[in-house]
Amino acid sequence: MSEEKKSFFGRLVAGLTKTRDNIVSGIDSIFSGFSSIDDDFYEEIEEILIMGDLGVKATEEILDSLKVKVKEEKIKEPSACRQLLIDSIKEQMQTEELAYRFEEETSVVLMIGVNGVGKTTTVGKLAGKLKADGKRVVIAAADTFRAAAGEQLLEWANRAGVEMIGGQEGADPASVIFDAVASAKSKGADVLLCDTAGRLHNKKNLMEELKKINRVIDREYPGAYRETLVVLDSTTGQNALSQARQFKEAAEITGIVLTKMDGTAKGGIAVAIQSELKIPVKYIGVGEKIEDLQKFSADEFVDALFRTEEDV
Amino acid sequence: MAFDNLSEKLQNIFKNLRSKGKLTEDDVKSALKEVKIALLEADVNFKVVKQFIKTVQERAIGQDVMNGLNPGQMVIKIVNEEMIALMGSETTEIALKKGGDLTVIMMAGLQGAGKTTTTAKIAGKLKQKGKKTLLCACDVYRPAAIDQLKINGEKQGVEVFSMGDKKNPVDIAKAAVLHAKKNGFQVLIIDTAGRLHIDEEMMEELSAIKSAVDVSQTVLVVDSMTGQDAVNVASMFEDKIGIDGVILTKLDGDTRGGAALSIRAVTGKPILYVGMGEKLSDLEQFYPDRMASRILGMGDVLTMIEKAQEAIDEEEARKLEQKMKKAEFDFEDYLSSVTQMKKMGGLSSILGMMPGMGGMKIPEIDEGEAEKGMKRTESIIFSMTPQERRNPSLLNPSRKRRIADGAGVDIAEVNRLVKQFEQARKMMKQFPGMMGGKRGKRGKFTLPF
Repeated sequence: MSEEKKSFFGRLVAGLTKTRDNIVSGIDSIFSGFSSIDDDFYEEIEEILIMGDLGVKATEEILDSLKVKVKEEKIKEPSACRQLLIDSIKEQMQTEELAYRFEEETSVVLMIGVNGVGKTTTVGKLAGKLKADGKRVVIAAADTFRAAAGEQLLEWANRAGVEMIGGQEGADPASVIFDAVASAKSKGADVLLCDTAGRLHNKKNLMEELKKINRVIDREYPGAYRETLVVLDSTTGQNALSQARQFKEAAEITGIVLTKMDGTAKGGIAVAIQSELKIPVKYIGVGEKIEDLQKFSADEFVDALFRTEEDV
Repeated sequence: MAFDNLSEKLQNIFKNLRSKGKLTEDDVKSALKEVKIALLEADVNFKVVKQFIKTVQERAIGQDVMNGLNPGQMVIKIVNEEMIALMGSETTEIALKKGGDLTVIMMAGLQGAGKTTTTAKIAGKLKQKGKKTLLCACDVYRPAAIDQLKINGEKQGVEVFSMGDKKNPVDIAKAAVLHAKKNGFQVLIIDTAGRLHIDEEMMEELSAIKSAVDVSQTVLVVDSMTGQDAVNVASMFEDKIGIDGVILTKLDGDTRGGAALSIRAVTGKPILYVGMGEKLSDLEQFYPDRMASRILGMGDVLTMIEKAQEAIDEEEARKLEQKMKKAEFDFEDYLSSVTQMKKMGGLSSILGMMPGMGGMKIPEIDEGEAEKGMKRTESIIFSMTPQERRNPSLLNPSRKRRIADGAGVDIAEVNRLVKQFEQARKMMKQFPGMMGGKRGKRGKFTLPF
């Protein structure tokens, strides 16, 4: 456990270095730069949170809760607000208990999201991780739309050493899923990972297609534990909320995967999503390698955001 | 979903205010507070917002409020103008070299921005213009990226040059230039791998390509859904490699696209095209004015007004309005209004331009069905005699049966249409004010904000 924890931190902190530089250095300069807690002080915090993609609403809620705490605890020193701010963000991010039950059961994991967020890559990485944990994994390549998406996934399947079921370009994705379910059942697979085509969340027929995929899985594989992950690009701004909301209408979302956290994006959208939609972020991608897909813990994420170099 | 429209919010704030003279500081500040939130929610970079608000504030305070506008509308007018100015007042295109010289275009951007798809889309556009175009596959990292470009190139009927994924991208680019020159190509588009702007090694690779071959246009491809980080991405690509223009992708989603404003403000580079769909033909011109109202959450109201003015014959509109007021509206008039609507690009395109309807709400209405319905209505009317169209009261059962047969529909449908039509006529009689008749401003659309 402590081993894993360390590696989570190590990778996260390394991946988030840029992020931390931006959020932390900014925040620390506020805490030391202001002599009193006033409107300007709060405004500076607001700026930093919004620059981190936390969004107007989550930022306002965090600030409101911070102000209440400051008042209740009669705090006068800006420096004393640092921990209060951390606590406020953590509170905002509270969702139901994080669960990785699909790892323990016979399960189907459906990966959905808009175009270009990294679904295929995430399926590949997750397959590698599960395989390394000794699971029997089958991958379904149900992105039959994007040119060469199947080939891309096959490459990942080969790297991970797992079997892939695919279809022709333009084939009905639900039929690919049908075949994959049959294969997973006959091979006694522990986890069936399904990659799907990128779809903009406001396109009606693509969302219908998603429902059809779900119906096929429900009907053909009734005993399987269902996990549906929405993959979001961490560089995405407030539209990520709209994406998550609308995918939630088309499917039962059980978690979020936040990719490309190794850029300079703050990933603050994780805060916004957990705060506004109460959907837990389950994985984050901090690099291109298989091991760069990490389980996510909100508390540790916030701590990591505020951790200074000396703490590491 | 409740879409808090900026114009609605502002209307509420200024409901009771009808100050005549100049914009006061209070007017401006309270309006700009809402504008600021709208911009932030649209993902415009915080610093850009701050600077922008400051500029507008300076310009707005003390300005005369135009006749017919309230202070909030006046501020929005200024905001809109400033935004359009900031985003570049005219549309631009990728500059090609004159004569037979080879123009080399290099595509760059983060992973998943849509470079490969966009590369093929540009190729299609250039091919249409009669340019002999070659694509070059330099993404040797992402599995199957080369295949994706090859397939898309084939769909566009454009040749793709590739050397597999074992060669260095710089060497591939050099070889592609030789190939292009030898075979008389006019344009070469180099598709590169997606990379993080903080990945020094990968950024170095782009510079190396740029210095190895004579790249005349470097195009940065950016996902229009990008958040606050868009400025960092754009300025790093500009600093390290130098860009000549930007293409925004995935604008067919419901993103407000604040990244467009941020990037423009930070780099000053023109936005060349916008990606509007998954089909290879869905690459459109960039219109700063449309983008401005989209970011502000006001739909494409302005564009719609413009289109409406072009499509509607003033004289015809005046006649129609008179008839509506007197409830003399007949089936002939209905036909001509449908024709005008078609000139504006059909129901779906009009809905898309309405505020709050941008993208998101259209699928719910299902424009396909609605347009099919309109077509049926039209065919019913076409099956009427001119007398029947002008005088619907002539329609007795036997005439209706004839019309139904002529239009290939059930008689019940004809009945329904006639009934609906009569109801509409009654309604017009009851609400003459609705048609804008009160103030006598005819043929004019009032701004919805």
